[in-house]
Amino acid sequence: MPCIEARDLRKSYGATQALAVVNLRVEEGRILGLIGPNGAGKTTALNAMLGLISYSGELRVLGRNPWTERELLMRDACFIADVAVLPRWLRVCDALDFLAGTHPRFNRSRAQDFIARTTIPRTARVRELSKGMVVQLHLALVMAIDASLLVLDEPTLGLDILFRKQFYDSLLNDYYDRSRTILIATHQVEEVQHVLSDVLFMDRGRVVFEASMEDVESRYVEVLVGAEPLAAARALHPIAERPLFGRTALLFDRVDRAQLEPLGEVRTPGLADLFIAVMENQPGRAASAPGHAPRRAEGALA
Amino acid sequence: MSAPADVLSGSQLPASPVVAIPFARRLYWLVRRELWEFRSLYIGPFAAAVLTVIGGFFAAVKLPGKLHAAAALSAADQIRIVQDPYNFAALLLMLATFLLSVVYCLEALYSERRDRSILFWKSQPVSDTLTVLSKAFIPLIFLPLYTFVLTVAVQIAMVLMSVVSLTLSGVGTSLLWAGLPLLNMWTGILFHLITVHSLWYAPFFGWFLFISAYARRVPLLWATLPVLALALIERMAFGTSNFLMFVLRRFGGNDSDPPYPANTMTHGPMGSGTVGHLMHPDILFSPGLWTGLAVTAIFLTLAIRLRRVREPH
Repeated sequence: MPCIEARDLRKSYGATQALAVVNLRVEEGRILGLIGPNGAGKTTALNAMLGLISYSGELRVLGRNPWTERELLMRDACFIADVAVLPRWLRVCDALDFLAGTHPRFNRSRAQDFIARTTIPRTARVRELSKGMVVQLHLALVMAIDASLLVLDEPTLGLDILFRKQFYDSLLNDYYDRSRTILIATHQVEEVQHVLSDVLFMDRGRVVFEASMEDVESRYVEVLVGAEPLAAARALHPIAERPLFGRTALLFDRVDRAQLEPLGEVRTPGLADLFIAVMENQPGRAASAPGHAPRRAEGALA
Repeated sequence: MSAPADVLSGSQLPASPVVAIPFARRLYWLVRRELWEFRSLYIGPFAAAVLTVIGGFFAAVKLPGKLHAAAALSAADQIRIVQDPYNFAALLLMLATFLLSVVYCLEALYSERRDRSILFWKSQPVSDTLTVLSKAFIPLIFLPLYTFVLTVAVQIAMVLMSVVSLTLSGVGTSLLWAGLPLLNMWTGILFHLITVHSLWYAPFFGWFLFISAYARRVPLLWATLPVLALALIERMAFGTSNFLMFVLRRFGGNDSDPPYPANTMTHGPMGSGTVGHLMHPDILFSPGLWTGLAVTAIFLTLAIRLRRVREPH
């Protein structure tokens, strides 16, 4: 049974289509990055999966209908929305008491262990904590819940780079164990690319790209080309190109490395490069099938 | 209790079956949650009780002089002099907690949306129904019982102060005991708090909770303006004020409305004379009470529905 399965998932607010149509399937044990520009529909998709908003289409999360079975789903799913949704009046120790009293899968001593590693005072109220500490606290609470699915919506928004690194480190080291599924929505691509097992790009309410990270690494090649071999390189149909230090970086999808190596310096592109390439190819081809980054239109080159 | 084998498998599989937490325990923690967020729920009435005891101190000091001056009056009048401060104390506490209930209900389902903490609460395995019920618990059960405990404590303090004052002044305490059938008074107050402040007023609290789930901003205006607008429309269309009078009668009571314990509201919760006024078993059989409870159930159902479908902003 897949952890999440969406078929023709749609959601509109008046005339605005927040989710035009989303089809996706997330298998158990994956760490999926949901990446897209602001307004791409990431939060809407996550809210639908957690039963926080109504939707049309078919959606099963952990085998449940999130809209009608939110209470049961939340026993097995955890959620961290963007920072600052912990109520400001809540005391750290009261938060532990509350979860211990209402959440059947919450392990209080585990949460205390996580909190003990931080500098969060046990009796402090959330409003007295720094932004970073609030996120640490929320993560500690969530990691102490024996859940099958963890959903993170821009979890590190507004945090400095040390906190962000620490956040993903503890997520991988203390929480992830291959039986859990993690869904991370963000637009900070660089930060999550080493954490993910799968990636999914969204744009204007649609899934425009989806692949496993192994696929991304094996399929895409970036070549730094000087002025002379540029025409030859372009003949191999790069999906994107950008100027870089006096040379041109061309991104290729499923082109043999052996073919490219004579043209220039070959390297594996970062997720950010791929994201930009896919997004820039969107206008006019927004309806293209997911899984294939469309080729960039002629004349749109900078 | 789960067998040890269950516990073992539970530590290995994240999706193992869990022992459900009993309803009462979850409700208990949800009510505790309300008291954490709205500390005024217990601090407010407590402060009112402290003020009342301070007032009661001055009443106790003046009591011997008053009784002395009233020596020529009838026994009933003398008893009234003894009782008045106690009635007043109970009235004050009830008024304070009623106002607090209204303020609380308007905030209860609104504040979590205002500060977006609803995203945290909704990520817990707690249904909207249980959440709304835990919030209705506060004005319907917690505050009436808390008011009762505080009233009894305040009145005990007042009795002690009166005993000291009367003994020291040499007036003697016989009138005090004659005028204060404490157990009767307390039974009456408890009955009044449950029947009137909880059951009879329930539709008010239901309405305010519904509005607090509905309003996108300024719930107080949403709670009051439609009522006033409806009253105004009725006045202009038919020249009558039946709707407004209906609402006010529900709140204040009226002598022409028999099943309602009229005297208790028009003359203070203790009645103007004897404490017997508080015990009106008829109220339990009045259609008004049961209609009100049905209306409350409708408002609470709407509040649950709204909490479920209202989307986080």
